[in-house]
Amino acid sequence: MENNQSIKYNHIKGWGVDADPRNEPTYPMKRYTGDDHRRLNWERPLQQLEAVEVLHSNERPAISAVFGTTLPPAGLSGAIRRYAFKYSESSFNHWLPLLLADRINVVEGLFDDLKRGYIPNVLAEKGWKSAWKYDRKGVVKKLAMRAAAVSFIVAAWWIMNHKKKRL
Amino acid sequence: MLAMNYRGPRRVRVDHKPYPEILHPGDAIIRVTRSCICGSDLHLYHGMVPDTRVGSTFGHEFIGIVEETGPGVQKLKKGDHVIVPFNIACGTCAFCKQELYGNCHESNPEATAVGGIFGYSHTAGGYDGGQAEYVRVPYADVGPLVIPTGMDPDDAVLLTDVVPTGYQAAEMGGIKEGDTVVIFGAGPVGIMAARCAWLFGAGRVIIIDHVEYRLEFARNYGPCEAYNFRSLEDPVLFLKKETGWLGADVCIDAVGADAAGSALHTITGKKLMIQAGAAIALHWAINSVKKGGIVSIVGVYGPTGNLIPIGNVVNKGITIRANQASVKRLLPRLIKHIQDGYIDPKAMITHRVPLEEVADAYHIFSAKLNNCIKPVLIPPSARN
Repeated sequence: MENNQSIKYNHIKGWGVDADPRNEPTYPMKRYTGDDHRRLNWERPLQQLEAVEVLHSNERPAISAVFGTTLPPAGLSGAIRRYAFKYSESSFNHWLPLLLADRINVVEGLFDDLKRGYIPNVLAEKGWKSAWKYDRKGVVKKLAMRAAAVSFIVAAWWIMNHKKKRL
Repeated sequence: MLAMNYRGPRRVRVDHKPYPEILHPGDAIIRVTRSCICGSDLHLYHGMVPDTRVGSTFGHEFIGIVEETGPGVQKLKKGDHVIVPFNIACGTCAFCKQELYGNCHESNPEATAVGGIFGYSHTAGGYDGGQAEYVRVPYADVGPLVIPTGMDPDDAVLLTDVVPTGYQAAEMGGIKEGDTVVIFGAGPVGIMAARCAWLFGAGRVIIIDHVEYRLEFARNYGPCEAYNFRSLEDPVLFLKKETGWLGADVCIDAVGADAAGSALHTITGKKLMIQAGAAIALHWAINSVKKGGIVSIVGVYGPTGNLIPIGNVVNKGITIRANQASVKRLLPRLIKHIQDGYIDPKAMITHRVPLEEVADAYHIFSAKLNNCIKPVLIPPSARN
């Protein structure tokens, strides 16, 4: 693009090199091939063997030709995930149980670690080394707030208990 | 092999995992030489993406050396150093044929709304990602591209996502010569979108964020105007005043579900999770664009739903354009732009961290410590 504008912006290397008057909504997002009506009739890639349980969206007739095989559903979280996949991606009944399963899975992961005789270093997993190095004030503030919250709960519990005894 | 291991919200570590297997004739096994932590990895890290299973390995931005190929792979050979696009694309479905490689229908059984993505939960196909020493790469003849001779690996690794996503954000904006473009979010994608807006002939580029060091970087790198929304009473009102009271021609949401700036969005989207993340950046984008303008969304949101002023979209006649970047489609052009010196992706890399220290890298990036813009993880085998 060579005009007055490009001179105005000549301190910006590459200004206007991709300016294209055709670039308006719908271009170039999609190269129209006329195949849209063919739906699922494309020549599918070879199907990967399903060696582990793979949940699939009920908005498609079968699994995709290729898929990940990591961490098949297991335990309570797995049961919840199987339930969630009975509902379409349009339904909260699909996504909210999946979020619940994720949280339950965290506890399952903790038990798995302990079962293997591994005690997770939660502080290291949360990156507290870097927090201490680069944000010591923030760490101290966080610890102080947590200590204050615990003290408050303990004090409230003690006062309630004390009152009950006096009655 | 060593691999990042997700243990729950804000908890990750490095563990030994089995070496990946060829599971399909079109697979390749790649020895990772660089992998990045992406802003969208933070949505996983914060526990916001449904079906993120404990034990997952994240990482969709990586490059590496071909270690092994399946019997069907013809274009790659052992020893090739390749860029691996974050989208897993078959190249043959109706969507891939239309160059919508971010919307492949043959790479993700778990959801139809999103194609397969490396290391991005089971909602994106249940693949392990590249924050590891080795990774399985399906459809190896379709996505991966041999790194051109002379290209810096730090530039190459950012071509897997950040550069194409930032570029496509600007491209989808349909920017016309002289347009005012406002970008919400001065993370790596937002910064790249600001840089690329000029390539499309923008007349004015403004970036909005609340992290001062990132705004400073964007101001110089864009180059662009950069404003901290914390110092503005109302960013929408500010932008209206700045654009002759009509609004920007194009607004880009380069933030997504982790946006700051609204207590209502933070509580409902990030704490209670009754909406799919905090959508205040998108809210501002819709309200800051002119009537008949274009809002381009590359920020990542969850699949449920968000509080956004859809009535204003209708009343203002706004066009919304959004997608996951079609990396394969854009790679040839972006490689040329790097070679021509129009973009300098590696300048955004601020932290090079050993893979073994992945927990610290995530925390530094998430908490925006030590002026972090883009962290890169380097596995032990790539450090020798």
